[in-house]
Amino acid sequence: MVSEAESPPSAAPPDADERVRKVSLLSRLLARPEFGAGLGAVLVWIFFAVIAYDNNFASWATFAAIMNRAAPLGILAVAVALLMIGGEFDLSIGSILGFAGMTIMVLVFPEANGGFGWGIWPAILAALVLALAIGAFNGALVVATKLPSFIITLATLFIFRGLTIALTRMLTNRTQLGDLDEASGFGLADTLFASEIHFMGATFRVSILWWFGMAALATWILLRSRQGNWIFGTGGDANAARNVGVPVNRVKIALFMGTAFAAFLVATIQAVQFTGSDTLRGFGLEFQAIIAVVVGGTLLTGGFGSAIGASFGALIFAMVQQGIIITGVDGDWFQVFVGVVLVIAVIFNNFVRQKASQR
Amino acid sequence: MSSTKTAPLLEIRNVSKFFGSVIALQDVSCFVRAGEVTCLLGDNGAGKSTLIKVLSGVHKASEGEYLFDGERQSFDSPREALEMGIATVYQDLAMIPLMSVWRNFFLGSEPTKGWGPFKQFDSKLAKETTKDEMAKMGIDIRDPDQTVGTLSGGERQSVAIARAVHFGAKVLILDEPTAALGVKQAGVVLKYILQAKSKGIGVIFITHNPQHAYPVGDHFVILRRGQVYGDFSKEEIPLEQLVQMMAGGADLEVLKHELEEAAQEGGADAEVYAETADEIQSELVDMGETSEEQGES
Repeated sequence: MVSEAESPPSAAPPDADERVRKVSLLSRLLARPEFGAGLGAVLVWIFFAVIAYDNNFASWATFAAIMNRAAPLGILAVAVALLMIGGEFDLSIGSILGFAGMTIMVLVFPEANGGFGWGIWPAILAALVLALAIGAFNGALVVATKLPSFIITLATLFIFRGLTIALTRMLTNRTQLGDLDEASGFGLADTLFASEIHFMGATFRVSILWWFGMAALATWILLRSRQGNWIFGTGGDANAARNVGVPVNRVKIALFMGTAFAAFLVATIQAVQFTGSDTLRGFGLEFQAIIAVVVGGTLLTGGFGSAIGASFGALIFAMVQQGIIITGVDGDWFQVFVGVVLVIAVIFNNFVRQKASQR
Repeated sequence: MSSTKTAPLLEIRNVSKFFGSVIALQDVSCFVRAGEVTCLLGDNGAGKSTLIKVLSGVHKASEGEYLFDGERQSFDSPREALEMGIATVYQDLAMIPLMSVWRNFFLGSEPTKGWGPFKQFDSKLAKETTKDEMAKMGIDIRDPDQTVGTLSGGERQSVAIARAVHFGAKVLILDEPTAALGVKQAGVVLKYILQAKSKGIGVIFITHNPQHAYPVGDHFVILRRGQVYGDFSKEEIPLEQLVQMMAGGADLEVLKHELEEAAQEGGADAEVYAETADEIQSELVDMGETSEEQGES
């Protein structure tokens, strides 16, 4: 019975190589950068589902709340993942987010109050152009000075946060601007960036679709395009990549423009959603994004990682946030939880990666 | 070998390279013909690295001529040299360990399919080509999806050589490809050097190991202190003499005297010095004898 069930060795396909073991589906999954974060997301969900069972954590409505919370961070994390795979950091995205948001607000704000009285679409376009210019500036500075991007973008973090505060106050004498919904063209912007989708009794924000779109695009770029190969090469070993003709500098500048674009997108979504912005918006988001990316399995040293993993990282972050709110634990403890989750995730990821490479 | 040799494919004539007041290379000339292997031998600090950089287009020579296919060239970047078919495989900068073999193989020269914004990296073609090209070089790759980090040092060099050959290299410059390898692994790499040679590629093989150079080389250029110390074709020089020239019999003599003096002065290490001096003496005798034997035959 046994001998009949098992196929004879000669039935193997002719091009099978005896040195290649049939690796199980599990160990092939383990070798993927996003696997650890995906499993982590499930574990964190189960943890809160048990802990906060009475608070209805394991419900469709809570799931929607988690997704809505994860979307802005997810958009940022996806772009930061590409940059970090390319071997660089961007600490300035929170400041770019604040700058882009206030650019829209100041341009739309009535002329009488120190604004420019533009329609919302020209303002959004201007914010996009400025954000991309800042990203290109970050990248060009990193490439030209050969200094660590950690330092360069730490500098631009202060420069653009400072400019946001100083210029807004200089022009409007305020730190918070509102009434964006009175600007011309707001209806379409609201539909595109802030509409709600009611699905099976829960309310999802359209920003989730932007997040998924960004993640899909980033994954396609990484795995299916030439440029993706260049990103892995640039982060893996910039010199080796340059030696075989990869335009390393162009790749880096483009990646910095990518994170700046993500910051602009989140700034626009939030400005439209809250019909306003303030000069401190986005503060600290750069670290949350890096945490999400690292939890998502991307190597801090570059050359390895995934956009899907970063999305799972953002999801874990949002679950912990939502879990703490829903269980009524004092919100003061949130940062402690984040730190603990970060350390556990990184140790877990390293463990998984070592297991995977040993096979 | 025939007496009527073809013209050199790549040649440098009287090349010097200065860095400020430092003379890194002086009056260095060498060449490689299609389908031949020229070995550049030299100990550490002999100027090998500078010469590689001049040959591969990283540095411009301060003086002298660079000829490719009989025409004068002056490269502003390694990319320009690569486009003419002068490919350099660096000892440790050849491959990216975290990337799979097929991604490494096509890095910088990815095949694409589709058009416009939907143009994508043709990964299926890349994987198949990688496997085929490696097979043509006699390298049986297990799984093109495995990362280069899991390959041995010899396999990495082999992939890098196969890649250069696939992308149409006419001249292959190999920077110490066998330096960090064990005996068997080095043998594997030497085999691929011969494979490349038999495809009509001119190979410049840089090494400090005459044992590795001799079996594959057609021509040997010995560098010392930035100058050409000797330039021989294979018929002109037996292995033992090559080894002796590399080791520098005169230098060993000086070292032996220094050690003997130190031994006479006494001290804790006197015995060790004396023993080492004896060893060098016996080595010098061996060299002398073997090279004489070769001279007689």
